[in-house]
Amino acid sequence: MSANAPETTQDRGGATYHLVGALTIARAGSTEREIAAQPDPLTLDLSEVSRMDTVGAWLVHRTVRDRGARVVGASSEAKALLEQVAEADNPVRVHAELPGGFVGMLRELGLWITEVGITLVGLLGFFGATLIGFGALFRRPRRFRLNAVVQRFDVVGVRALGIIGLMSFLIGIVVGQQGAVQLAQFGAQIYTINLIGRITVRELGVLMTAIMVAGRSGSAFAAQIGTMKLTEEVDAMRTIGVSPIEALVIPRMIASVVMMPLLAFWSILAALFGGGIFVWLDLGYPPLTYIGKLQDVIPMTDLWVGLIKAPVFGFIVALAGCFQGMLVEGDSEDIGRRTTTAVVQSIFLVIVLDAVFAVFFSSIGWV
Amino acid sequence: MSEPKNCDPVITVRGLTNRFGDQVVHEDLDLTVCRGEILGVVGGSGTGKSVLMRSIIGLQKPEAGEVCVLGEDMVDRSEDEAKNIRRRWGILFQNGALFSTLTVAENVEVPIKEYFPFINPPLLDEIASYKIAMSALPPDAGPKYPAELSGGMVKRAGLARALALDPELLFLDEPTAGLDPIAAASFDDLIKSLQKKLDLTVFLITHDLDTLYAICDRVAVLADRKVIAVGTIPELLALDHPWIQEYFNGPRGRAAADTAEKVIA
Repeated sequence: MSANAPETTQDRGGATYHLVGALTIARAGSTEREIAAQPDPLTLDLSEVSRMDTVGAWLVHRTVRDRGARVVGASSEAKALLEQVAEADNPVRVHAELPGGFVGMLRELGLWITEVGITLVGLLGFFGATLIGFGALFRRPRRFRLNAVVQRFDVVGVRALGIIGLMSFLIGIVVGQQGAVQLAQFGAQIYTINLIGRITVRELGVLMTAIMVAGRSGSAFAAQIGTMKLTEEVDAMRTIGVSPIEALVIPRMIASVVMMPLLAFWSILAALFGGGIFVWLDLGYPPLTYIGKLQDVIPMTDLWVGLIKAPVFGFIVALAGCFQGMLVEGDSEDIGRRTTTAVVQSIFLVIVLDAVFAVFFSSIGWV
Repeated sequence: MSEPKNCDPVITVRGLTNRFGDQVVHEDLDLTVCRGEILGVVGGSGTGKSVLMRSIIGLQKPEAGEVCVLGEDMVDRSEDEAKNIRRRWGILFQNGALFSTLTVAENVEVPIKEYFPFINPPLLDEIASYKIAMSALPPDAGPKYPAELSGGMVKRAGLARALALDPELLFLDEPTAGLDPIAAASFDDLIKSLQKKLDLTVFLITHDLDTLYAICDRVAVLADRKVIAVGTIPELLALDHPWIQEYFNGPRGRAAADTAEKVIA
């Protein structure tokens, strides 16, 4: 008999399995298979086991429990360990019991629908709470937090100028370039200026700005407020008597609503500038011609269309961001999930509203 | 005042120096932890108890000095060598440090899967199950997420994960902080009984005087960037260092001593 190999001996009382060496977690897999391969009735001989840990003890224990095996030759330490794991042998649930298959699918669907419903009702409720907050502020204007609002102006507006300007400049160039290629087929390249002017002023400027603000500030709102919820700062505010709506939500909303039209206007200018550069360098219309042509083709109503939409989009972005932030609970993973939801929700709502606005403005004749 | 005569050193720290910028946390610090003992580490806030633990377990690279754990040098070792030593210890962080996206049972299974990926899933679940029961968690705790647990349960779940690989050495960073006295006392009992049954060596950072009296074999006192004294509580009381006297003979220290006497009597 080799010193390291476990072996089985037969006698009238059944098989005796001699375990050898270290009976530890490192050998748990093979030991489990070897014991399972032994026929009943089984005797486990531990006399040659040099070292045992709780996993080894557990394997022995469950063989005794499930197959009525006998244990011989256990040292006093081994006996203590066996008692130890036997004591811990209470049925503990390891996995949540979830229904599978069709029922599980129905369950998922039901949960999803409930969540969508709860979110919509919650968003409406949050909108109401914000209105009440604004109302309270009008009654006691001294509670208006000017510092917080100005700080948000800086974060939401001023610091976004660079990226929004660059993005819009490039979009102006792309619109001009793509438009010129198509219009050249009809020899109507001069209309590239109409295209650039009308699409950026009316649609793209404000829409791209809203998407950028949603990604930049809406997500930040959700993450900031969410973190404050997790660290119980929001609760602390409530107990001190500061309304979180007043202190956290309203400054962000005001900042977002005020900054969006300004950023949108800036974005329009940058896009027109980008388009102008393209038109000048590629099509050869000098800047003065470009500007004069823009004045002719863009009706004033186009600018109103763009700038009326902007504060509404800003409001949507702030609403979704703050709302999702206030919903955070539990752990840090929830912050990530809520932040994503805030951005997705606000971009989606912005685009839906943009479609509504498009229909509305055409029907009142601002075409 | 040094280690006991028949000490089999599990952790040896020699000449440890740690510095953050200008601030010197440890300077020429020595400490020995013997096999089978529960060593309590105490010290005022900011004396670098947690930094000491982080240096020992290799999360903080010391500026100078030697750290030797389970016979292996911990400073300047490769990641592969470190892996062998990491499966021989378990660590309970101050706030549990459970993985928040995993359930309690999955948390316990993480170290086992990492080192023994070929264990059958049913056996893995059984191992997680008895580790959870051993840590005195309720039977329905397995599928819960850390966010759903109370403070005491988080500590117990962290302990279950620390015990996942049957470690020889257990590090506990303020295990009873934030627990109510009843939960703290039962956690003390749990550590003591597990230490006896599983033959563990325990390195325990604590502020809790009751814990010191109830379960620690020896206590190391950190002050002035060094371990100023190591010994049993009566040995420490015989010293006339002002911080030690203030610590053990302050109102809380005396109350804890009285409780401990009553329990023994």
